[in-house]
Amino acid sequence: MAKRLQSTKELLSLQEKIGASRDPEQKVVSVCAGTGCCAYGAKKLAEAFASSIEGHGLEGEVALRLTGCHGFCERGPLVVIHPEGTFYQRVQLDDVDEIIEKSVQAGEVIERLLYADAGGKTYEHEKDVPFYKNQQRILLANNGLIDPTRIEDYLAIGGYRALAKVLDEMEPEEVCAAVKASGLRGRGGGGFPAGVKWESCRAAHSPDGVRYVICNADEGDPGAFMDRSLMEGNPHLVIEGMIIGAYAIGMPGKPKGYVYIRNEYPLAVERLGIALEQAREMGLLGEKILGSELDFDIRINKGGGAFVCGESTALMASIEGEVGEPRAKHIHTVESGLHDLPTNLNNVETWANVPLIIDRGVDWFTSIGTGDVSDNPWGGSKGTKIFALVGKVNNTGLVEVPMGATLRHIIYEIGGGIIGGKKFKAVQTGGPSGGCIPEEKLDLEVDFDRLTEVGSMMGSGGMIVMDESTCMVDIAGYFLHFLADESCGKCVTCREGLKQLCIIIDRIREGKGREGDLTLLQDLGETIAEASLCALGQTAPNPLRSTLKYFREEYEEHIRNKKCRAGVCKALIRYSIDAEKCTGCLICARKCPQECISGEKKKPHVIDQDKCIKCGVCMDVCKYDAVCVE
Amino acid sequence: MDDAKLNVILDRHDRDPSALLAILMDIQKEENYLPREDLGRVSERIGVPMSRIYSLATFFSAFSLKPRGKHICTVCMGTACHVRGAPKLVEQIGRDFDVKAGETTADMKLTLETVNCVGACALGPLVILDGEYHGNITPTKLERVMKNLKKEQG
Repeated sequence: MAKRLQSTKELLSLQEKIGASRDPEQKVVSVCAGTGCCAYGAKKLAEAFASSIEGHGLEGEVALRLTGCHGFCERGPLVVIHPEGTFYQRVQLDDVDEIIEKSVQAGEVIERLLYADAGGKTYEHEKDVPFYKNQQRILLANNGLIDPTRIEDYLAIGGYRALAKVLDEMEPEEVCAAVKASGLRGRGGGGFPAGVKWESCRAAHSPDGVRYVICNADEGDPGAFMDRSLMEGNPHLVIEGMIIGAYAIGMPGKPKGYVYIRNEYPLAVERLGIALEQAREMGLLGEKILGSELDFDIRINKGGGAFVCGESTALMASIEGEVGEPRAKHIHTVESGLHDLPTNLNNVETWANVPLIIDRGVDWFTSIGTGDVSDNPWGGSKGTKIFALVGKVNNTGLVEVPMGATLRHIIYEIGGGIIGGKKFKAVQTGGPSGGCIPEEKLDLEVDFDRLTEVGSMMGSGGMIVMDESTCMVDIAGYFLHFLADESCGKCVTCREGLKQLCIIIDRIREGKGREGDLTLLQDLGETIAEASLCALGQTAPNPLRSTLKYFREEYEEHIRNKKCRAGVCKALIRYSIDAEKCTGCLICARKCPQECISGEKKKPHVIDQDKCIKCGVCMDVCKYDAVCVE
Repeated sequence: MDDAKLNVILDRHDRDPSALLAILMDIQKEENYLPREDLGRVSERIGVPMSRIYSLATFFSAFSLKPRGKHICTVCMGTACHVRGAPKLVEQIGRDFDVKAGETTADMKLTLETVNCVGACALGPLVILDGEYHGNITPTKLERVMKNLKKEQG
């Protein structure tokens, strides 16, 4: 590791040196090592590549690089061969030697491992694959190129250049003004203009000059993992953003930094820890950063698995070692936050945008996105947003698009439509605080304000696609149980109200719904929203409200006709075997945990409805689609 | 936990009451759960009442006050996993091992836990067995993942 850098000049010349030492023609095998690909066995794959490179005597010639998440998790493990940029997907251990011999040594393309679309067309390069081609990747751009455990890789692509610019050329006030002018709004869900927050925190009185700069990495929304991916794939981008923030908000003075990160993200904690240590060694954190007056360091605080800790005041309580309960915000946290001192909290993705805004300029940033923020930071949504496109969609993964892209573009052009050609029903955005958006709104231009208008919200960017086999009553019930479970219990309306909502919705799911239940749900939901202290309670009825608004007939069917059209709610469905399709293979009969399927070999089987527990195992094991749900 | 070990953990965090969450995490990492007797010593040594320790330990879902099994199986219950059938997996494990979510089998072999999203949604539904992630799980695949455990249980 290089010695501690004493000035911005030293940083820039080191960058140049690293850049010059890199051979653009260098052969590199890069293996995606995000959580997704690791779950598919990427680590073993990387080991196999290492020994294959050695086995072929290519040690000095071919480099192996483990990168962050490429985002196309559906197709993992992903491998890219540089400099050609050949993109291989679903690579298995058996493919390793062939890739080294044919692709790396002979320069051939292995057709079988390329991505093929539904029509069978194959694509050689990542950038041409429709999933990537239709995105605009600025934050995720480098995830697949750098090794997140090597600061040199980040420096080689111009990392920490924005920090040097800020220290050399800009006053702290100018940095705040630039972030404000960029129209950057909080990516954690609220959409509050970051620059406005920074200025308020800067202006707030601190008796001894201490101001806290916190990164909220408690990505609790189920179905969202962009923050995890940024921390795993490009941790220095987030750290650089925080250092710039510390300078802008806390100088002159004593800024202190924290990252509050989920316990459920072990890999992100590890990578961030390594990155912080490297930044310290190089003098990018610690005392007199790059020879300037700025003293700043960042500590990692791990959360304990509580959704509510994503709320700013609960998060700060948790850092103080208290139970993570929110408090009333009569005084904002920018004035009195952590340890009652001025505190600026932004989410991971928000911080990651900061170096890009400083480096490429405000005008570049405002050219992306919707609306006009020139004299009102709430006037639009600028920049890109990363969405986690998951659920019943063909291409699941992380998708970065300019604000204002339509849902249709995201789900169909990037996502490749619905799995198995089924019918789209809804897309759920905003996590448990958001809502379900129906088909007629597919042309909605996604930004902070449009999503709120249709009764959902941006949230941290989870986008869960649902098809005809998703029951909307079940989904509403899922979120209500989630929230009831995660409610901290401080406000009676949230604690007791949500519990009652769960009882009512469970009754409907079980086919015991009563006339008047829907009104009761709605009234109780309004009360919870009105009378709860924090956003968890205030937005808790959203999944209920939006499903009641757009899918009311499904609720009514459950109550009046005792029918679940999606075939999900157990009490209202029955499994049966289609005698024409059944080949009599006996597999379902053997696998049924209740032993309630009878029939002889090569003759249609029958399910004993009295014993059936509706576990769905028979449907899963049947190769002939003979098991159906009514 | 022996005394010396506990003191190492406490000293690592400067016996600072505001580091209580981190102290509890370190104890759980060693012991697999939070033994009552250890918590009593923490209370005395860093000057924090038991009531506060219990309020933290019961608030955060990462902590367990009961001993956990030799193997830990976590089923992700995030939205993406939910719509792809995660609840059925919990039922299946429950049936096969006679255990409820949040509980441990009588022979202390397996603890079944659920988690509200681990952020690997593209792989849903997802099961984590002793830290190893298994994605796109169907009832049949689940049986394969749990096969060795089933054998061990006999």
